Amino acid sequence: MFKKLVDTVFFLNKTGQDHYGTLRRNIILIMLLITIVPLATMVIVNYFQYRSHLRNQIITPLYAMAEKTRHSFELFLDQRVAIVRFISTTYDFKHLSDEQNIKRILVSIKKEWSGFVDIGLINTQGQLISYAGPYSLLGKNYSEQISFQETQIKGQYISNVFLGFRKYPHIVIAVQHLTEDGQVWMLRVTIDTDFFDNLIASMGLPRETDAFLISKDGVLQTNSIYYGNTLEQFPIQVPIVNFRSNSFIGTDNQNRDILLVSSPFSIAGYTLVIVQPQSVALKSWYALKTEMIVIFFISFAIIIFAIWKMTQILIDRIKSSDQKRENILTELQHAQKLSSIGRLSAGVAHEINNPLAIINEKTGLMSDLIELSTDFKHKEKFIELTAAILNSVERCRKITHRLLGFSKRINIKIEPININLIINEVLDFLGKDILYKRIDIKLLLSESIILIQSDQGLIQQILVNLLSNAFAAVNDLGEVEIETQNMKDGGIRLKISDNGHGIPDNVIKNIFDPFFTTKKEKGTGLGLSITYGIVKKLGGQISVSSEVGKGTVFTIELPDKPNELEVMNEQSEYKDSAD
Amino acid sequence: MSNQNIKILLIDDELEFISTLSERLELRGYTSKIAQDGETGITMIENETFDVAIIDLMMPGLNGLDTLRHIKNTNNALPVILLTGHGSTKDGMEGMRIGAFDFLMKPLDINELLKKIKLAVDQTPKG
Repeated sequence: MFKKLVDTVFFLNKTGQDHYGTLRRNIILIMLLITIVPLATMVIVNYFQYRSHLRNQIITPLYAMAEKTRHSFELFLDQRVAIVRFISTTYDFKHLSDEQNIKRILVSIKKEWSGFVDIGLINTQGQLISYAGPYSLLGKNYSEQISFQETQIKGQYISNVFLGFRKYPHIVIAVQHLTEDGQVWMLRVTIDTDFFDNLIASMGLPRETDAFLISKDGVLQTNSIYYGNTLEQFPIQVPIVNFRSNSFIGTDNQNRDILLVSSPFSIAGYTLVIVQPQSVALKSWYALKTEMIVIFFISFAIIIFAIWKMTQILIDRIKSSDQKRENILTELQHAQKLSSIGRLSAGVAHEINNPLAIINEKTGLMSDLIELSTDFKHKEKFIELTAAILNSVERCRKITHRLLGFSKRINIKIEPININLIINEVLDFLGKDILYKRIDIKLLLSESIILIQSDQGLIQQILVNLLSNAFAAVNDLGEVEIETQNMKDGGIRLKISDNGHGIPDNVIKNIFDPFFTTKKEKGTGLGLSITYGIVKKLGGQISVSSEVGKGTVFTIELPDKPNELEVMNEQSEYKDSAD
Repeated sequence: MSNQNIKILLIDDELEFISTLSERLELRGYTSKIAQDGETGITMIENETFDVAIIDLMMPGLNGLDTLRHIKNTNNALPVILLTGHGSTKDGMEGMRIGAFDFLMKPLDINELLKKIKLAVDQTPKG
């Protein structure tokens, strides 16, 4: 089933016109698929892994910073609460009710600790009993205020930031005190928030990074660089999970991509927020991302180029090897045809020769007897008849001898020969034809032609066959050109061209096949086939090109010496056929 | 030497061929005998004297070349004309090398055969 799939994908069973195109397309597609898919998968997986990993690495220090700063804030506030609680336990209600005493206390704590602005004593009904500080608040009732109610419930209270009388941001810390006799009163101090700014400034924030406090309602408790001043609303909803730092990646109201870390206070309703633009926070990640994308596309381009080039080379190789295989097959078929025809004709000729010899002798005897006998009726006729039979036997004999000649293996005699000399000899031999048809022979013989190792007789036969054909193809006053030249890599090339009637394409296909003839009863169809056989025997190549009405060119290439193997084969075949 | 005194031995498995050829030779005044295989031919040569032997190359049993070899081994003087139905001249050449006088191809031209017989007889010293 898998094989079937592969066959279908590569169209292995089809031999269409654009078989190679389809093969090329499929190889490219499949190779792309099996290289790009894993690469892309790897890049995508890496992308997300690196992203989460790097984000963790970037967020962790921000977390730590947030936790540390929050801790400092809480320590500060805790300390202030402890001071107020210490005063409330150290002094009783009566002592604190005295304005002189409370003023003295404020002076001494101001001396020791920063931030204290005023201090006031409030009784159970919420009435301010005594007060030390810059404002005149004496007699004010706090019973309706949240700070009073919260303190009554929780025992202590730290307020959100508010703008005091002189538009300075302040917070209030209130502590409740329960006496042994069941009396309840509370101490209330106001603290300015300069220290908030100092603490944030001491965090050592990186460039473009903002840090500030917000209340539970999202109101800014300190100034922010990007999101407004104290008591303005912070535009981003910060997720509040109690006592745990949180991070959040998103976009703010100014459309900046930000990384936000929040850390809620445990002793007051504040949350410390650090906001860092992603461009700063994820700088290394962006660099890595760019690198990854660049590397991916470069590899992608290299892969495509390599696949394209490789496929091209592969297809070209397949094409040329297919071509070679086809050529070899054709030649093999041709050679086999020639050899089997050779064997067949030898066998047939031999079998026919014996009965032919009997006919010959019988008729000969008949004619002997007729000639010896005295005149009888039809004697002349009988003489004529026997002569006719003997004549026909002679014709048969010629045919069988020709057939035997076709298969005959002549001993090849390899010697150095000069092709130009042989051409001249053959032309002398064919001289009558040339004169008779008044053919113009053009000789383009190379003067520096090399001597090649070959068989003179066989080359003569080739020339006689090809020149006879050329002479037959041209009309009176036709032109035949014979050209010889040395080949670059040794050997010689012989070209015989005529301006005769040419050979149609359907004939040229079979031109070297034995018994293929267009001369009907005049030809045996063996001439070019024998020529082909001889050229092959001498280790050469023969090719033909022709155009109907314009003429024909036969080109023969002969090596400077015949292939040893060819000659050896000839000799062993010769031995086999001997009987 | 007149034709009457010339004795020819024909050796070929093709009886129709040699009997007719023999008749034609006798018409021309020769004395001729036939043998249908190499062994018979050799026996006849051992028992009688011939002036010329005409032997076909292709025969069952002892073939023409073997018969020729045998003759040359025993009676070197007898001239032998080989016949071949085969186009190949190779066996003919081989026969010449062994000591045949000449070789001819089937079907025969009777005049050519007569010429060869005459030459063979004339060139062979009488012993």
